[in-house]
Amino acid sequence: MATNLKINGKEVSVDADADTPLLWVLRDDLDLTGTKFGCGVASCGACTVHVDGVAMRSCQTYLSDVEGTEITTIEGVSGKAAKAVQTAWRDLDVVLCGYCQSGQIMQAVDLLASTPKPTNDDIDAAMAGNACRCATYHRIRAAIHHAAEIMEG
Amino acid sequence: MTIQTSRRSFLKGAAATGAALFIGVNAKGAFAAASGVADLNPFVRIAPDGIVHVVIKHFEMGQGTTTGLATLVAEELDADWETLAVDLAPGDSNRYANLFFGTQGTGGSTAIANSFMQYRQAGAAAREVLVAAAANTWGVAPADVTIEKGILKAGTNSAHFGEMVAKAATLTPSEEPTVKDPAQFTLIGKDGLRRKDSRGKTIGQTTFAMDVKVPGQVTAMILRSPRFGGTLVSFDASDAADINGFIDAKALPNGSGVAVYAKNTWSAMQARDMIEAEWDFSAAENRSTDEMIAYHQGLLDKPTYQVREGGDFAATGKALEAADTMLEIDYVFPNLAHAPMEPLNCVIEPTANGVKFYDGAQFPGITQPVVASVLDLKPEQVEVETVYAGGSFGRRATPLSDYQVEAALAFTTLGGQTPVKLVWNREDDVRGGYYRPMAAQRAKIGLKDGKIVGWDHRIAVKSILKGGPFESVLVHNGVDDVSVEGIKDSHYDIPGMAVGLTDAETPVTVLWWRSVGHSQNAYSMETLMDAAAVAAGADPVQFRLDHLAGGTPDQVRLSGVLSLAAEKAGWGTPGKHMGVAVHKSFNSYVAEVAEISVQDGAIKLEKITCAVDCGLAVNPDIIRAQMEGGIGYGLGAIMRNKITFTEGEVDQSNFPDYEPLRITDMPDIEVHIVASAEAPTGVGEPGLPPAGPALANAIFAATGTRVTTLPMTDSGIEFV
Repeated sequence: MATNLKINGKEVSVDADADTPLLWVLRDDLDLTGTKFGCGVASCGACTVHVDGVAMRSCQTYLSDVEGTEITTIEGVSGKAAKAVQTAWRDLDVVLCGYCQSGQIMQAVDLLASTPKPTNDDIDAAMAGNACRCATYHRIRAAIHHAAEIMEG
Repeated sequence: MTIQTSRRSFLKGAAATGAALFIGVNAKGAFAAASGVADLNPFVRIAPDGIVHVVIKHFEMGQGTTTGLATLVAEELDADWETLAVDLAPGDSNRYANLFFGTQGTGGSTAIANSFMQYRQAGAAAREVLVAAAANTWGVAPADVTIEKGILKAGTNSAHFGEMVAKAATLTPSEEPTVKDPAQFTLIGKDGLRRKDSRGKTIGQTTFAMDVKVPGQVTAMILRSPRFGGTLVSFDASDAADINGFIDAKALPNGSGVAVYAKNTWSAMQARDMIEAEWDFSAAENRSTDEMIAYHQGLLDKPTYQVREGGDFAATGKALEAADTMLEIDYVFPNLAHAPMEPLNCVIEPTANGVKFYDGAQFPGITQPVVASVLDLKPEQVEVETVYAGGSFGRRATPLSDYQVEAALAFTTLGGQTPVKLVWNREDDVRGGYYRPMAAQRAKIGLKDGKIVGWDHRIAVKSILKGGPFESVLVHNGVDDVSVEGIKDSHYDIPGMAVGLTDAETPVTVLWWRSVGHSQNAYSMETLMDAAAVAAGADPVQFRLDHLAGGTPDQVRLSGVLSLAAEKAGWGTPGKHMGVAVHKSFNSYVAEVAEISVQDGAIKLEKITCAVDCGLAVNPDIIRAQMEGGIGYGLGAIMRNKITFTEGEVDQSNFPDYEPLRITDMPDIEVHIVASAEAPTGVGEPGLPPAGPALANAIFAATGTRVTTLPMTDSGIEFV
């Protein structure tokens, strides 16, 4: 059954079961592979996307949940917070293996969009669900503060 | 400068291509002849627009090798760092062997160490022919040609590399091109070079194997035995027929499982869940963890091997009898899964005369012959295209190429015509074995008048290397070096030390886990030194320094990092709870001081202060990142990770019960790099071993609890 979605500003039609996780629709049907599979149980955050501007775990979000919404993935994320986060990530060389970083960035953008000057506690609370086995957390914290400074201009 | 500029040609172990213009005969096959990209040697390519491409022989799992190896070439070539590109080398041990291994592969924190002269000479060779081409073109002496950020200049003449590369490619560089004096370095050792893999990884454009899709591919997942060593008896896939996208299910020919084929990943996952299988567990591991611990501990009474040079258990026993203070400590270390963020996977497709893999390939030089033997091909018929790896921590470096063999079997079982993408999910990863081995250790330490007089240390652990291709290199007189590394070769002056080893036997598959034997052996050594210091009434830093006073180069460097870490951490500050550990691994020396606080009985990690001596620091910020990452990876495991068994079945399955370190756990980390002119040594692993014992020693300092059964949460430690 075809489902119409709006992803990164584009209308697409997907022929998949209604209970298919959005993660696999993005990766296997639409070749948007920037969104990563890490655990499948919403425990690592590698699959984080924005649904109507809010960070969601796409492995536990189903095709039937997102019809009529605006979905944004790492490939399409834009705006002041996104630009600041991506710049800060590069300025501080946050990434190591990088596999979790799409999700980290999507989560951080969500945080900064609602909390432009987060404290360390704000950061820890917002980012606690995003696992990084390379343990880049020390730099993620610093980069989010740096992104906040960039946003202030 | 004491860096050994060995006379080894950079092309040795890299079958010489001379300076031929290797258009179209390159690694990736990505550059058509028309693009005019020239391979000046196996490691340096120049595009017509002048952009330098450095061919990276080691895979990138986050350790920074693409940046590190590129730095070595860029330094000698005076290339423009901002535009320089990196290309991942194909599987080809003739050109791209790890010079320490003799075959292509990444591991043992050797990427920079083995490549340091090779990549510098490759850059210098490219420089030589580009300069000669420019000098010839302009009618000037080569000595008058300079290079600045990829621009050749002489007087009023100026050209980028692309304008000279066609001529340069016809010239032959010296056998031993002259490399820079380190005093001239402008990139090596400098901060400010940003990573080459940052951009792609921040915009979702880096290709990991999980992202590879080749035309016509099917996805395969394997239903494996729930117990290690079990074999398939029969299976029933009739319920899978209802799953949209399910294609077929077939028994793998080696009895290891059922390959489930589907049109995509989600279909494969669903279909596999519908399949029922019967297994033969007669040769399987059927014990539970308590029995396995008791079995390991039982092996400590009569060690098979005494492994310490000059060690003698009888003499040590007499020395212990003469002691006035005795310590006896038993340790239990659990199995650990690597759990890299990217679950294991690879793609295999047919080629005109064999197969091709797309893989975050850590050991292509092993995978090629191993898969060739499975598919009855020659190694050169097994192509490997290396893509970025979402972590490894050792898991992708299986000497038996476990997951590539699974893919090859799934491919050939399906008929050998259809490309197959093998995918593991997180449950497969956590339950899939190749763990850090379980270990039991027992140490008896005798002190007299505050001095160590005897040390009896026994280890029971399954050998990682026996039965694999590295056995002949790393197993000596029956002793697997990695079982005892960091203890048998301890650099402390310890009189009367004997070290025993017994190999444990279990069908549970084991593998090197970031820092290998050091991951548990540094924990026991450094908590024992702490306990001995306490028993002697001595300061733990000074006690260690007193046992490193023999003046050997190892002791001098260990003392150096220990003193530096202690000073920077403010060791001895009243009111602070701190613990220290120092350890040499992978030829690097690392000391760490952990500072904790106690909040309502729970431990909060406040800060780790790290000092590292890894010889010449090629990329200081990557070294800092590796220390930070190694510390975090080690701490998470030490705090709360374990793989346990109930009647042979793994109890854990995914991150909720194999909880990774989270940002909320991460302490502040400060890394200090010792200035050094020694040859560069490892950084990917050495940050890990001291982290656990430093934390344990801080917990002892704060609470009086000595944690000897890991993870710490199994010893009643709670964390904030």
